Amino acid sequence: MPSFQRAAKGALADTQQRRNLAHATATIRAKRAAVVGEVADWEALRVAGADAKDEALHHLPDYLEQLEANLTARGATVHWARDAAEANQVVIDVARAQGADEVVKVKSMATQEIELNEALEEAGIAAWETDLAELIVQLGQDRPSHILVPAIHRNRAEIREIFRREMGRAGRAAPEDLTDEPARLAEAARLHLREKFLRAKVAVSGANFAVADTGTLVVVESEGNGRMCLTLPQTLVSIVGVEKVLPTFADLGTMMQLLPRSSTGERMNPYTSTWTGVTPGDGPQEVHVVLLDNGRSRVLADEVGREALRCIRCSACLNVCPVYERAGGHAYGSVYPGPIGAVLNPLLRGVSSDVDKSLPYASSLCGACFEACPVRIDIPSLLVHLRTQVVDEASGRSAEAAGMRAASWVFGDHRRLEAAQRAASLGGRLLGGRTIRSVPGLGAWTQARDVPTPPTETFRQWWARSHRNDGHTGEDA
Amino acid sequence: MSAREAILARLREATADVTTPVGARGEVPTISAAPASAAGTLDLFVDNVADYRATVVRCAPDRVGAEVAAALARGRAHAVLVPDGLEATWVEPSQAAGMWLRRDAGEDGSPLSPGALDEIDAVVTAARVGIATTGTIVLDHTEDQGRRALTLVPDQHVCVIRADQVVHDVPEAVALLDPARPLTWISGPSATSDIELDRVEGVHGPRVLDVVVVG
Repeated sequence: MPSFQRAAKGALADTQQRRNLAHATATIRAKRAAVVGEVADWEALRVAGADAKDEALHHLPDYLEQLEANLTARGATVHWARDAAEANQVVIDVARAQGADEVVKVKSMATQEIELNEALEEAGIAAWETDLAELIVQLGQDRPSHILVPAIHRNRAEIREIFRREMGRAGRAAPEDLTDEPARLAEAARLHLREKFLRAKVAVSGANFAVADTGTLVVVESEGNGRMCLTLPQTLVSIVGVEKVLPTFADLGTMMQLLPRSSTGERMNPYTSTWTGVTPGDGPQEVHVVLLDNGRSRVLADEVGREALRCIRCSACLNVCPVYERAGGHAYGSVYPGPIGAVLNPLLRGVSSDVDKSLPYASSLCGACFEACPVRIDIPSLLVHLRTQVVDEASGRSAEAAGMRAASWVFGDHRRLEAAQRAASLGGRLLGGRTIRSVPGLGAWTQARDVPTPPTETFRQWWARSHRNDGHTGEDA
Repeated sequence: MSAREAILARLREATADVTTPVGARGEVPTISAAPASAAGTLDLFVDNVADYRATVVRCAPDRVGAEVAAALARGRAHAVLVPDGLEATWVEPSQAAGMWLRRDAGEDGSPLSPGALDEIDAVVTAARVGIATTGTIVLDHTEDQGRRALTLVPDQHVCVIRADQVVHDVPEAVALLDPARPLTWISGPSATSDIELDRVEGVHGPRVLDVVVVG
């Protein structure tokens, strides 16, 4: 995976994607602002949301044991998975035990993170994504680019094309006269997926919340595809990251106000399902829950970084981020894009790869993400914290460290500074108005930036020239 | 070491610095909007349900059956599913109007299969709680609402809720609900905004939602 800066360069040249993203993020920002404005004490809700998650995270082993006990008491089978391979194996084993060669899926970030679909395919089991956007991504053999609206980079004409070309290969074909009207496209998805829902034996979901004191799992959605998966098949497997735990059922009173308003900009999403183990005669009679670590214990061990685990995947931070809006989701090299991805990915995986090293720099630190976050994750501070780790990893031999040493030498003496400024302004006069695309020795820094053209004279020179006759030297100004 | 023990050990090590005891934060704070009046709460509920493009009508208790029949007629429903515990008078006018009332039981008495549910046009249910600030109805799938699939597969859902079941904000609703029951929170008909963020009603769940508020 290339660094963010290299990957973003390609995305920046894709004008169609930039147009789609600008439209989508602007729309959703306006909707969110309107419904957040309706809440009298939004800040108190944010604090309560952060407190609920912190309580769970600070005592995670205790709450997980409580969750497990309550789930088991209600007839669910609880599995623990250290990593992706262990979690995927549970799903494969459950599907095989049911003799199923296909599963229907509710959109879930955790299953994307562990690449469940690929693992199932290798085991000869088809995984059908049922969320409309995920269906668009899956049929288009594409990658999601947004947590909430994974096909945000596709417009209606592209979606029609994908449906016409691909639906027939996966099941019921798209209608011959399909137009690019969103209502017609949604209708095509309804018809295509209904036969899969009605015959499915096994469903796979994630969970937005897992309530420790009751053993209740919660899935928040819009289309009803989640309800189909959670209700019709006889067997349900839910992959739940360990950080999804909430201490008490009462905490849902806070979270169900924060999440819909922050994510889709609605007072409430169309459908929320909660279930507690097995309900005789209603829904799946075999219920499995996989509690997934996959790097989360590593994040939790970072006393500063652990607040990233409060994330409820609302994607508000993506929609307000000027970097995300221009670069798109793919450049982040993970299923978690945007500001939260820029902190979560290096925390989950460490800062050894090119992309994870570069992500803490995929930000201008403008702070909009912190302001939008419903659980008060201080993303800018976490980015700075991670930059320190990246620099430490390079043990002082990094370009930035060398640059800082050089800068301190120059700034340490006014004669050196004046000489450097004169040299720069000479460069400015030579260049005229042209833009500098790269500077030898500053390759990494200038990959995704243009260096400002140096001014043709320094501030000190300008002051001396323009104040020559007014009697002030500037020293006592 | 099992995965369970390994993960719990890692998590204990990761939180070794935490000194506060479990539950030290105390009671979960209830942060909710204050209702101006009961009438105001009900008006807000009706406005917000309608805002999500559900059809809302308010009526007196003796008019429920007529309003349910009118909603089903608007949806051109013929086969109508009726949960076992539903108040019988709510669907009598519909039957009199020639609609075919169905129970959740096939010929052999077992619950209807997903395929059989797919043949049904509409379902009529009660509700457990309504939330005014969000325009949400919550089902807890007891006898007057039926199991979850009943309100999912048919294309129209007519939901009857009493005015005294409507609370003002989300935390009050959560406090009234039984976590042991499966719960379905419904805010308007099934919808998606996945295509250029244009809201489209009706993807997989019922495409038509009618809410009858009694009292």
